[in-house]
Amino acid sequence: MDFLRKYLDKIRPHFEKGGRLEKFHSTYDAFDTFLYTPDRVTVNGSHIRDAIDLKRTMAVVVIALLPPMLFGIWNIGHWHYLSHGVTAGFWSQFWYGFLRFLPIVIVSYVVGLGIEFAVAQIRGHEVNEGFLVTGILIPLIVPPEIPLWELAIATAFAVIIGKEVFGGTGMNILNPALVARAFLFFAYPGDMSGDKIWIAHMGDAISGATPLSHAMIGQFDKIPPVSDMFLGSIPGSIGETSTLAILIGALILLFTGIGNWRIMLTVFLGGYLMGLLFNAVGANEYMKIPAYEHLIMGGFAFGAVFMATDPVTAVQTNKGKYIYGFLIGVFAILIRVVNPGYPEGVMLAILFMNVFAPLIDYYIIQANIKRRLKRLKKSLTVQTASI
Amino acid sequence: MRDDSYFTAGGLHGFDASHSRHRIIEMPKVIKIKRGLDIHLLGEPEKVIVAKPCYRYAVKPPDFHGLFPKLLVKEGDVVLAGTPLFRDKYREKILFASPVSGTITGVVRGEKRVLLEVRIEAEKDITYVDFGREEPAGMERRDIAGKLLQSGVWPVLRQRPYGIVANPDDVPKAIFVSCFDTAPLAPDMDFIVEGQAESFQTGLDALIRLTPGVVHLNLDANKNRSEVFLKAQGVRINFFSGPHPAGNAGTQIHHLDPVNKGEVVWYLRPQDVITIGRLFRQGRYDASAIIALTGSEVLKPCYYRIVRGTSIGEIVENNLSGAELRFISGHVLTGARIEHDGYLGFYDHQVTVIPEGHRREFLGWARPGWRKYSTSRSFPAWLAPARKYRLDTNMNGAVRPIVMTGYFEKVFPIDIYPVNLIKAILAKDIDLMENLGIYEVEEEDFALCEFVDTSKMNIQQIVREGLDLVRKEMS
Repeated sequence: MDFLRKYLDKIRPHFEKGGRLEKFHSTYDAFDTFLYTPDRVTVNGSHIRDAIDLKRTMAVVVIALLPPMLFGIWNIGHWHYLSHGVTAGFWSQFWYGFLRFLPIVIVSYVVGLGIEFAVAQIRGHEVNEGFLVTGILIPLIVPPEIPLWELAIATAFAVIIGKEVFGGTGMNILNPALVARAFLFFAYPGDMSGDKIWIAHMGDAISGATPLSHAMIGQFDKIPPVSDMFLGSIPGSIGETSTLAILIGALILLFTGIGNWRIMLTVFLGGYLMGLLFNAVGANEYMKIPAYEHLIMGGFAFGAVFMATDPVTAVQTNKGKYIYGFLIGVFAILIRVVNPGYPEGVMLAILFMNVFAPLIDYYIIQANIKRRLKRLKKSLTVQTASI
Repeated sequence: MRDDSYFTAGGLHGFDASHSRHRIIEMPKVIKIKRGLDIHLLGEPEKVIVAKPCYRYAVKPPDFHGLFPKLLVKEGDVVLAGTPLFRDKYREKILFASPVSGTITGVVRGEKRVLLEVRIEAEKDITYVDFGREEPAGMERRDIAGKLLQSGVWPVLRQRPYGIVANPDDVPKAIFVSCFDTAPLAPDMDFIVEGQAESFQTGLDALIRLTPGVVHLNLDANKNRSEVFLKAQGVRINFFSGPHPAGNAGTQIHHLDPVNKGEVVWYLRPQDVITIGRLFRQGRYDASAIIALTGSEVLKPCYYRIVRGTSIGEIVENNLSGAELRFISGHVLTGARIEHDGYLGFYDHQVTVIPEGHRREFLGWARPGWRKYSTSRSFPAWLAPARKYRLDTNMNGAVRPIVMTGYFEKVFPIDIYPVNLIKAILAKDIDLMENLGIYEVEEEDFALCEFVDTSKMNIQQIVREGLDLVRKEMS
């Protein structure tokens, strides 16, 4: 690989200040540091540093996203052949799904990274790794038949309005991938609502409706069996269907310590308890869905594992993470069951809690400050007493 | 009320079995530090003390944070051990003395004529200024402080807040002596103070007079066995256990008697106490000490008998492997970078030599990274918890905005929100810094945060800037 290094070093002067390709400095730097770790050394302070950096962190998240992604690819092919009444082998199902999935990923990355590179150059920053994850998250939370132009607009909207206007990676308030999905959801509801997508043109032969859209229109008998919903061979957004694959991803995130267990655990807990509460009320059929089924339906598991845990938009304090996760779970099920306008509540619940995350942090920090002031008061009283 | 999740206390029974075969002694409670990190590096010092002649010395004003030095000598002057070299311009009582006798060979200045080093060429046999022998137990507080100030020993006392040389006009609510160092490759304090019990106790006797409060002697419940510490009189002995930074003064102060706004505590190290003890017993500023030469690039890491401010040139000579090296006065987490023949920092009892990290690795972020050390399990380091590492100075990544959360808290055993405090400092919001506890901390408390930081920020530098800013605003 020495030749590559030599080549990169040879072309470097063109991209530096005064070079003829100066405008692409950020782009060069992004590729250079992507291919080779930077040789920067510490100056003072801690002379040694932990091996982890943001690239490694994001790479682990991408790896954790592979199980749901691979399953989603197969599932596309599975439903395609099923709707055509053709029996096909595993590999042809997978290949078909791959061909459908590839353009979606390409559009997401090209649009998103294009904007990121341009913004980094304008601001004179280095290109951040954040979009490596966002760029794969977006394809996984859209339906497979999404028109590519809609996806492109949504991605651009998410990167510019959801992230860059706040200052880029690390500064955004809302999860960019969910901003993309919310944009699609409100701008093109017809393509997102879940009753028309996928294989609707095949008529009623096989319904392409997701479990949630069945539930929304009261067809509770058509909700697929629990095993199918857990394994994921049901219609739905590409990455969200298989709870099993999502749990494998969750294990990777939890084991490496990159995903936060406090948030994941409490989202599931909040959702489950809310489901139980509805079971207890039992006013209508929707409320009677067993609480655990809520956790494997729709995007709940995917949102809990990959969206709620986004460290930038989540609560920062450890105590706050319990509250944050719990409320996401509660709101997700609440919106899902009570609000007939939205079949899926997870997206809205997470975006809602994103907005409230700083408030939760604020109160946790205030408690710390009060503790310190109380200690000061106590110490002052002791001093006065001793005088 | 202190947040109980930050420490738990438990009784330690039968601590010293040899003295109590037939009964269980109820020992003081052990403060268990849970959050922290022990980084295992190659190059632990062997317990052998070597003495090498050295003639080049320097006292470096940058060792003392926030000091504006006023030079008292010039090149060519002849000084004795104890002759003042410079003083604090704004706290004129504080003098900084020459550790050896000899000739001033250089006054090194940096940008804007900032005084960096006062160099001294030492004589073969050190001649001392005589400050007179005295018994501190019978002395007034004012006289003890006066003697420490006059002899230039005073700067061994540092204070919180700000981590600066203690202000002689303050009365500290307590004084802390940490008798163990948990930093990577740190020297064994029991070994260093061997045979110095009398000077140590005399030093403590002097310290006891300096505060109306308690002198805390903090020991590692599992390691400290030296009678120099265990039999110390007139002080309160506290036991700690747990990973680094359990041995840091900041951690101990926080768990024993935290600093509130307007309060001051002082702290120093065992060898500093011995230096004070010698001043009273022998009437002179005897700056000799024992340091450890450590690090993966040292062929024979061991202990050296030196005098404060020595050049490390003679010590490391013919004892190194590798070409491009980083010489650190202190330990790898907070030490100061010095040249291969640079001078030991005033407060350091350790020199570390590690390789520089100018290397570029192909797709390094995607490789398994078998030789790399990380607290994150995204590297296989967790497979071999006992392994010792040869770590270099590479940043292992580029500077990024803060993205990950919850990492600092795992290595920060103080009831403070580190990220929020750092952000308050960056925003220069002094009220918020105060509220979030800046008076309790010093940059070394954040050293592990800086080590684990995914975003590769220079956190210690940020904290120092915050402390300097607050100090400036408060004075």
